[in-house]
Amino acid sequence: MRHIFKGLMTATALASMVATSAHADEPKKGGTLVTVLGSNVRNLNSAVQSGIVTGFPGAQLFASPLRYDENWEPQPYLAETWETSEDGLTVTLNLVKNAKFHDGTPLTSADVAFSVEVIKANHPFKSMFAPVDSVETPDAHTAVLKLSKPHPALMLAMSGQLMSIIPKHIYGDGEITDVKAHPRNNENVVGSGPFKLVEFKNGEHVILERFDDFFIDGRPYLDKIVMRIITDPAARAIAYENGELHMGAFESLPRIINRLKDVDSLTVTADGYGAIGPLDWLAMNTTKGPLADVRVRKAIAYAVDKNFIHKALMQGTASDSTTGIHPDSPFYAAQDGYDLDLEKSAALLDEAGFPVKDGSRMSLTIDFGWPGVKPQVEYVKAALKKVDIDVEVVSSADFPTWAKKMGTGDFDMSWDTVFNWGDPVIGVHRTYDSSNIQKGVWSNTQGYSNARVDELMAMAAVETDDAKRKALYAEFQAIIADEVPVYHTNTLPYHTVYNTDKVGNPPIGIWGTSTPIDMTYLK
Amino acid sequence: MIFLQTLLVRSVYAAILLLAVLVLNFSMMHLAPGDVADTIAQANGGADAEVLAAIRAEYGLDQPFLVQLGRYIGNVLQGNLGYSFYYREPVTELIMQRIPATLLLVFSAQILALLIGVFLGVVSAQNPNGMTSHFVTFIALFGYSAPVFWTGILLLIGFSLQFQWFPVAGMRDVTIEGGFFVKTWDVIVHLILPMITLASVFLALYSRLTRATMLEQLRTDYVRTAYAKGVPHRKVVYQHALKNALSPVITLAGLQFSAVISGAVLVEAVFSWPGLGTLAFTSILARDTPTILGILFFSALVVIVGNLLTDLAQKLVDPRIGGKG
Repeated sequence: MRHIFKGLMTATALASMVATSAHADEPKKGGTLVTVLGSNVRNLNSAVQSGIVTGFPGAQLFASPLRYDENWEPQPYLAETWETSEDGLTVTLNLVKNAKFHDGTPLTSADVAFSVEVIKANHPFKSMFAPVDSVETPDAHTAVLKLSKPHPALMLAMSGQLMSIIPKHIYGDGEITDVKAHPRNNENVVGSGPFKLVEFKNGEHVILERFDDFFIDGRPYLDKIVMRIITDPAARAIAYENGELHMGAFESLPRIINRLKDVDSLTVTADGYGAIGPLDWLAMNTTKGPLADVRVRKAIAYAVDKNFIHKALMQGTASDSTTGIHPDSPFYAAQDGYDLDLEKSAALLDEAGFPVKDGSRMSLTIDFGWPGVKPQVEYVKAALKKVDIDVEVVSSADFPTWAKKMGTGDFDMSWDTVFNWGDPVIGVHRTYDSSNIQKGVWSNTQGYSNARVDELMAMAAVETDDAKRKALYAEFQAIIADEVPVYHTNTLPYHTVYNTDKVGNPPIGIWGTSTPIDMTYLK
Repeated sequence: MIFLQTLLVRSVYAAILLLAVLVLNFSMMHLAPGDVADTIAQANGGADAEVLAAIRAEYGLDQPFLVQLGRYIGNVLQGNLGYSFYYREPVTELIMQRIPATLLLVFSAQILALLIGVFLGVVSAQNPNGMTSHFVTFIALFGYSAPVFWTGILLLIGFSLQFQWFPVAGMRDVTIEGGFFVKTWDVIVHLILPMITLASVFLALYSRLTRATMLEQLRTDYVRTAYAKGVPHRKVVYQHALKNALSPVITLAGLQFSAVISGAVLVEAVFSWPGLGTLAFTSILARDTPTILGILFFSALVVIVGNLLTDLAQKLVDPRIGGKG
């Protein structure tokens, strides 16, 4: 009781603090924001490289046609206005007239057309622009995307780090497919975003400074951003605490998150990850052995106690997730979970024809791809022992070893983390689509196949009516929750950490740091 | 003449050794399941099957093993360590960028460990059963047995968080403006904690060995003679005995050089020190074969050169050691 009371007190105190600070502070100009990247950057050009580490600098260097507010509503960015034709086959972008690249060249519709071509040829998410047949450029500030079929996912795909508009006069000097290895991807990078590149030293830092000719007047507020590369989470935690870092995102270790929450000078929040949508789950290979039987998969879900995972393993840092769509997404439709029920689990296993023989019903293996999730797989092993399933934990030497096993279906169960990346078409379909079975890591590695699910995804991909689309995804989520090709346990607890007294308006919208931080300021 | 001959023989051995290192490492990398295409997909947050296939084709990973090996050896013989799959930069360039930081860390840690280790060894040898000696043994064994990443984090909590004397990570503070001296001082301040962390491991070895050899020397006849002649204690210890006791310590220091470099990998990871160790660490995780092979090749080279230098240093300290080592 005391705990609840204390919790309430802190919650109200926090709420009032947030409210007052929002009113009291006017954005200030100037200053250097010192922030951090948790791993090395492969490439700064977000038109050809995806991933959260490229997303942060990428979204500062390159502008995209749209940005999103915290209610998942599209807002103008490089596109002042946009309209989709009645049949959904034409999307017209009316670009701002004053956008310039960092070298002073005006940004035109030709750059948009070029960027779409480059992204289609090089970006790893083919589903984003696959239906875009061509981009017409009737004048310098109008780009018309011609689609082969309606493609509502395009809206989110035109925001965040997913559709970076890159200058044709710089990256267009060779073959389109060569852009991914272009020398200007890492040095002398030229975009039209709020910040321009000063220096990129791999393994050390990315330094950006204010672009004075940015097309939004008076922005950005910051003069400079220093993104230090610190790969050790414990060292990062100390740097937040002693004030060396003003802000950082993508902290995911429960122990560190909780420790930082206790530091007075810091705010630690799980907001800002809805669009990236990282989910943790227990994957089950539906193509072979006992797991091909849906009753066995359900029995496993009933025996694995989510409550234990949330409280003991994630230490209260993660939220519940019940479907393949992130709970913060407008498409999320929560499903009834599989509350711990060992009797029901045992009954299902009996029914499926796996009675207890010599103290064991069956033997399964469980894989994991990185050390951080070892507690989860050890827990699954212990939990399933209670329903007489023997589980052997299989360690992979490193990520590629595990990825290979997953990509070729060489596993029974595995712990996995997969990201939504905006629209379900981009990051969700790949896990359940029967035409994408075991084609490398993070494909439909479970070998799941359901004709109705395929049909629902195909319909949702072309449905332009928002309400109807949500209904299709609701049915889709009900089926996959019921057939458990993966048992959805929790969101990956990504958190953003920032110094409360120093950082104003931190990037905690739907795209987190994968969006321009032109409105972030130093107090 | 003998020296030149030795050098020639050594160089031939070195070349064969380096080739063996290349072939062996390449084969081992190839044996492990999975490849860089998977880690590129990981960095991307996933990739379509056709993208994975395209990456493999681009890097020639779809070719038979012997073709890949032959191509690689051929490139190395022409002085080309290849092109990093992951960073899309020439491996030689990647390594060259990282060498100065690693050398700075490794040499400063090695020198610190030697200076303090030898000093502590000499002090404790003079009174092997006294409190000081036990204390030195304790400190030395503590540093030796504690894992470096743990020592590193402990020092960070102590001297970056509780007492905010030293920065947490990196090699320089980019927000600092100033001339050469300001920047040099900045690097020194960043260097101290990683240097102590790395030195703590080797301190134990050097102090224990110095203690043992000093004890041996202090019992010899020439030391007794020196005392009998009336040479002051300090002079006997530091000029007579220490000179003879140092030879095995220098040999050990030379042999340990490769261990210091491998120790640097973990220390660099903890302190985000932008050296070869961090590069090795990330390339191994990324399965970036050309970079890993390049680093191993370079490390092999350093160890071989290090051993040669050890021989020379020994000769300087003890002229009795012959030219044929």
